[in-house]
Amino acid sequence: MAASVQRNLKIVETETPVDVLGRAKATDLAVRVRGLTRRFGEREVLKDLDLDIAPGEFVALLGASGCGKSTLLRILADLDREMIGEVEVPVRRAVAFQAPRLMPWKNVWRNVVLGLPGRPDRQRALTALEEVGISHRADQWPKVLSGGEAQRTSLARALVREPDLLLLDEPFAALDALTRIKAQDLVGELWQRHGCAILLVTHDVEEAVLLADRVLVMKDGVIAHEEHIAMRRPRDVADPAFARIRGDLLDWLGVRHGKYDND
Amino acid sequence: MRSLQRDPILNIGRIDSVNPRGMTGLPLQTITPASARRGSIPRWVRRFSGPVLLVLIWHVASVSGVLPGEILAGPATVISSAVKLFATGELQEAMWISLRRALSGLAIGGTIGVTLAVVAGLFRLGEDLIDAPMQMLRTVPNVALIPLLIIWFGIGETPKVALIALGTAFPLYLNVYAGIRNVDSTLIEAGRTLGLSRLAMIRHVILPGALPNALVGLRYALGIAWLALVFGEQINATAGIGYLMANAREFFQTDVIVVCLAVYALLGLAVDFMVRTLEKVFLAWRPAFNGT
Ligand SMILES: Nc1ncnc2c1ncn2[C@@H]1O[C@H](COP(=O)(O)OP(=O)(O)OP(=O)(O)O)[C@@H](O)[C@H]1O
Ligand SMILES: [Mg+2]
Repeated sequence: MAASVQRNLKIVETETPVDVLGRAKATDLAVRVRGLTRRFGEREVLKDLDLDIAPGEFVALLGASGCGKSTLLRILADLDREMIGEVEVPVRRAVAFQAPRLMPWKNVWRNVVLGLPGRPDRQRALTALEEVGISHRADQWPKVLSGGEAQRTSLARALVREPDLLLLDEPFAALDALTRIKAQDLVGELWQRHGCAILLVTHDVEEAVLLADRVLVMKDGVIAHEEHIAMRRPRDVADPAFARIRGDLLDWLGVRHGKYDND
Repeated sequence: MRSLQRDPILNIGRIDSVNPRGMTGLPLQTITPASARRGSIPRWVRRFSGPVLLVLIWHVASVSGVLPGEILAGPATVISSAVKLFATGELQEAMWISLRRALSGLAIGGTIGVTLAVVAGLFRLGEDLIDAPMQMLRTVPNVALIPLLIIWFGIGETPKVALIALGTAFPLYLNVYAGIRNVDSTLIEAGRTLGLSRLAMIRHVILPGALPNALVGLRYALGIAWLALVFGEQINATAGIGYLMANAREFFQTDVIVVCLAVYALLGLAVDFMVRTLEKVFLAWRPAFNGT
């Protein structure tokens, strides 16, 4: 398996050894960001930011609203090039946004395989939809999907591309609490199976600690804090270690522990 | 206090009965299921009863002499002359010729309008070259161009078709252009993250996104095509509905004039029905309000 890396549009192929588990284990990085600065007018939203993500690593990104999480994600997705600095990301990457952003004029399965080379492959779409548990909705218009179904379709559309990096911008924010727990479990499972690196932007500290190998806290345009989560999976919210990490992160986010729950 | 009035346009939140003092003393509303609300009269009967009533009043006015035949022939006379014109084949021939004029004008004008809109919508250079002149020209009333068209194209079929083409090109241009420019930018971004090429983006995102507006443009264009047809057929027509009408005017045949008006209306309705069908087929994906 070769994970190619795009560096300021120059594509560099790197060899990626595969370990016994079959997971890509690169000596290289999946994401490498150095000295990234992004201004909107006078305002510096990202200030000389550095970030590394290893292949197959699950990283969660927390931060106050408006601190620049989506801005960073958009740059990694190559949707915004008005920046200064070095950015390297895998060529094969996929994005799921807070809104599912399905093409309303294409039915579910055609949405999933949109942009893949060759003729639209229904079987391939069905396999991907099966993975997220909604293959029975394959022939519907997006307008009839529920919020959770649409979000899962969006996830299937991202995963069918077999990305080396999956960028998720608050994909569960609009879901109800119950659907959200299911969706979190699903993302955990899919990550285990696909072994891609994930950068998950979220407001939910619990979600971050449940899923991620590493949780980053963004503040004043840089990564202000990082927390490695060594706990075994599946993780238990009631675990005292969990509560401690959660409390620390809330402190870093400027929410005083015990006084407010999470945001 | 919240107002409990029914919204006459959206037809939502209407109150079937308000009980000012329920058992608890609160104003209560009884909500009845939609199926019960519609009542026993089918929808199409209700829709037809208006026009039928109108024709009835017209008939009564004619028969009683309130509306003399020289001013406006009664429905009975109109129907019998329609039957006569149909029997001689004059009506069908005139209809066919008029319809052909409208459709060829629409085809030419539509091709021009849509092509210009796609070029202006997709390319910055196209926009700079095309949009400003189009926005300027669209303010010129088409009918004002008739004298020029006659000088350029004479008095045959060409100026009639040209007038229709001119009239239809603009609404299609404006709507298709606006449609392309207003495609949801978040979907375009999504398309980029899916790795769509420029061509694939146009085909799978931009053009389908512009389709609802394009069909609105088509509706407008058809309305204008009909208007332009009526005006165009005043230019020394030797065939077509306009010609029938001009002849009838010479002989004060108000019944034939009404038949011609009815034919214009029916052709208009038929074409409108066509567009509706197109919308049903091509816009089935749209979560649109359908008016219940
Ligand atoms: N296109 C833009 N033009 C001007 N300012 C922008 C633009 N996009 C983002 N910003 C500003 O940059 C800052 C960071 O925005 P960003 O969307 O990255 O925040 P965020 O961390 O994702 O917030 P949230 O958690 O609420 O989604 C905000 O203050 C926002 O107003
Ligand atoms: Mg954001």
